[in-house]
Amino acid sequence: MDAMTAPAPSDTPLLSIRGLGIRFRTAQGDWQATRDVSFDIARGERLGIVGESGCGKTITGLSMLRLLPPRVATVEGTIGFEGKNLVDCAARDMRRVRGRRIGMIFQEPMSALDPVFTVGDQIAESLRVHQTISKADARARAIEMLKRVGIASPERRVDDFPHQLSGGMRQRVMIAAALICQPQLLIADEPTTALDVTVQAQILDLLRELSASSDTALMLITHDIGVVAESCTRMLTMYAGEVIEDAPVDDALRRPLHPYTSGLLRSLPHLSERRSKLPSIPGRVPTLNMPTGCRFQPRCSHATQGCERPQALLDAGDRPGSGRRVRCWRFRDIDLPGVVH
Amino acid sequence: MAALAEQPIVSVRDLVVRFPTQDRRATVKAIDGVSFDVRAGETFGIIGESGSGKTTVGRTLVFLQPPTSGTMHHDGVDAASISTRELRQHRRDYQIIFQDPNAALNPRMSIVASVMEPLKLAKSGTASECRARAIAALERVGLAPETGDRYPHQLSGGQKQRVLIARALTLRPRLLVCDEVVAALDMSIRGDVLNLFAELQRDFGLTYVFITHDLSVVSHISDRIAVMYLGRFMEMGPTEPMMAQPLHPYTEALLSAEPSPLPSDLRQPRRIVLQGEIPSPIDPPSGCRFRTRCRYAQPDCATTEPVWRELTPGRFVACHYAGQPGFMSSQPTHHGSAS
Ligand SMILES: Nc1ncnc2c1ncn2[C@@H]1O[C@H](COP(=O)(O)OP(=O)(O)OP(=O)(O)O)[C@@H](O)[C@H]1O
Ligand SMILES: Nc1ncnc2c1ncn2[C@@H]1O[C@H](COP(=O)(O)OP(=O)(O)OP(=O)(O)O)[C@@H](O)[C@H]1O
Ligand code: SF4
Ligand code: SF4
Ligand SMILES: [Mg+2]
Ligand SMILES: [Mg+2]
Repeated sequence: MDAMTAPAPSDTPLLSIRGLGIRFRTAQGDWQATRDVSFDIARGERLGIVGESGCGKTITGLSMLRLLPPRVATVEGTIGFEGKNLVDCAARDMRRVRGRRIGMIFQEPMSALDPVFTVGDQIAESLRVHQTISKADARARAIEMLKRVGIASPERRVDDFPHQLSGGMRQRVMIAAALICQPQLLIADEPTTALDVTVQAQILDLLRELSASSDTALMLITHDIGVVAESCTRMLTMYAGEVIEDAPVDDALRRPLHPYTSGLLRSLPHLSERRSKLPSIPGRVPTLNMPTGCRFQPRCSHATQGCERPQALLDAGDRPGSGRRVRCWRFRDIDLPGVVH
Repeated sequence: MAALAEQPIVSVRDLVVRFPTQDRRATVKAIDGVSFDVRAGETFGIIGESGSGKTTVGRTLVFLQPPTSGTMHHDGVDAASISTRELRQHRRDYQIIFQDPNAALNPRMSIVASVMEPLKLAKSGTASECRARAIAALERVGLAPETGDRYPHQLSGGQKQRVLIARALTLRPRLLVCDEVVAALDMSIRGDVLNLFAELQRDFGLTYVFITHDLSVVSHISDRIAVMYLGRFMEMGPTEPMMAQPLHPYTEALLSAEPSPLPSDLRQPRRIVLQGEIPSPIDPPSGCRFRTRCRYAQPDCATTEPVWRELTPGRFVACHYAGQPGFMSSQPTHHGSAS
């Protein structure tokens, strides 16, 4: 066992992100896509990340595997994982983390599978990169993995090319490829958006079961609050490149503390009469002149004097250390509706 | 209501679309006999299994996929009889927004150029007019005008999806097929986009064919819904009764699998887990094609193909036992209507 796989003391989180900020160089100048992103994931924990489209969920996941385009993206802050800082550890260490200790299922599965290699080759690839394993053994492991993700006659399917599979099967192939090295953490970016709800239910059950049986932690990025409610333990909400709320799922759904989280939940079609106008948050995220204070202020119906000050992510638990955090100084004064009201 | 007597905007009969498999030795029955009308000004939802043929139906409606057999009429005109010249104008009126924004956006074109492109091709106004309309369309879908100067790789998944919506809306088609267009959007923006769709429908009488896996979305906006499984419709009818009491076992399973966005103590465990792998569209099961996964299947389901029949006015179903007393009586209701 090498240093990379040595178990960390059980009270330290598996993953610890502090002050993560991502900047892009663009033709129009530098642009700060995320700032001050901080959160932990414990072993076996299932964290759901939700938030506005474009707020930085995918790039946060990519930065954890150092997959952002290196020439245009700069990353500051720390990503602590098994005693390493993934932001600046040696490329060699990063290669051992990627795919092996941290697996990722990408938002766009069609572009993530290579059309010229068989399904089996692609699933076995990460095994062969990380371990010396014979071709026959790798193939056997790939078949076993296909079976685990619920694909019928895996011995035949292993030789198929991606285009021979339906969307749902391709997505399961991606999941099999991500899980074959038994990662400690699986980042799943919209893993079920392209699937019908019956296949989605199967895959979510599988992810939940894997996380319970092998203590794999899950970081699930999605816009589907139902998916978060049913498969995660914690919900992290992002807005305009910042974490604005972090809470146990049921608490966040019942009583969100940030006006953005509340607005997001109130837009659920479930809560509106059929064919009625859906509530939505007025305005849009500023791109050019980001407020120096609360970034949500221009759209917030609870804004008052004081909101123009920069907002820190405050500890908001009923008791210290309960893990509820919110980036709104008024959270004690305002009472916000969640999904039940 | 009044629409009953009116001519449908699209009328499809016995539509079949087949593709050769890669080795050309067999055929994929992507659509295997589907008939339906889309009424002018309505929203027609299509839900169903991944790979069941929803996108192929959508592509056929907008002339991107020639049918293998069957007929399609647009406003009563046989689509097969339209000349190539007329087709170009005709096509403008029937647009589709695709599922995969990456495939639909040119990576070398700036966003505003992509949105302007169809306007320019249609010669609608001067370049600066087209540009102004494109920017306005981007703003309608919640994107800042500066986004126009960016390139696809610089945008998030949901931002790209909104660019496609903006592009389709600039053309103001009569029929718009939306293939999984809101899945990549956060709920607030999703709400905005759905409100925008509704507004355009009200103001310009747009007709939508809305393909999605999100049952809460499809049931919110659709007048009628069709449920697809393995190249066929299993059920079709008005939204409300279908959501409250589905007729087909597959619809029942779909509705029960929708994840519920409620705290754990308020959720009801009522998921019907579909057993078995999705059968192949190359060789669908005999008799009822849902039978390999149907928990109510009887011996005759394997031998006799259920007839597509109108069980009650406007509600169609393909199941031998649908509507019989006591059939599927342990029915879960769709939780969307519970709140
Ligand atoms: N290569 C790049 N150059 C410039 N900006 C970029 C680049 N990649 C991403 N961005 C910007 O960074 C921001 C965050 O993008 P990201 O893909 O993480 O969003 P997201 O939260 O995953 O959104 P969605 O829910 O729509 O997938 C977006 O505003 C996007 O435009
Ligand atoms: N160009 C093609 N060549 C060969 N097979 C095809 C082609 N297009 C679609 N198919 C097959 O036809 C069937 C129906 O595909 P389609 O894309 O219409 O499904 P869908 O219902 O839209 O699925 P999803 O929900 O995953 O988007 C699938 O089995 C698919 O593999
Ligand atoms: S800090 Fe002020 S503006 Fe920001 S979310 Fe809280 S109340 Fe609204
Ligand atoms: S015909 Fe038979 S197998 Fe098909 S849905 Fe009805 S009960 Fe199930
Ligand atoms: Mg994303
Ligand atoms: Mg499709």
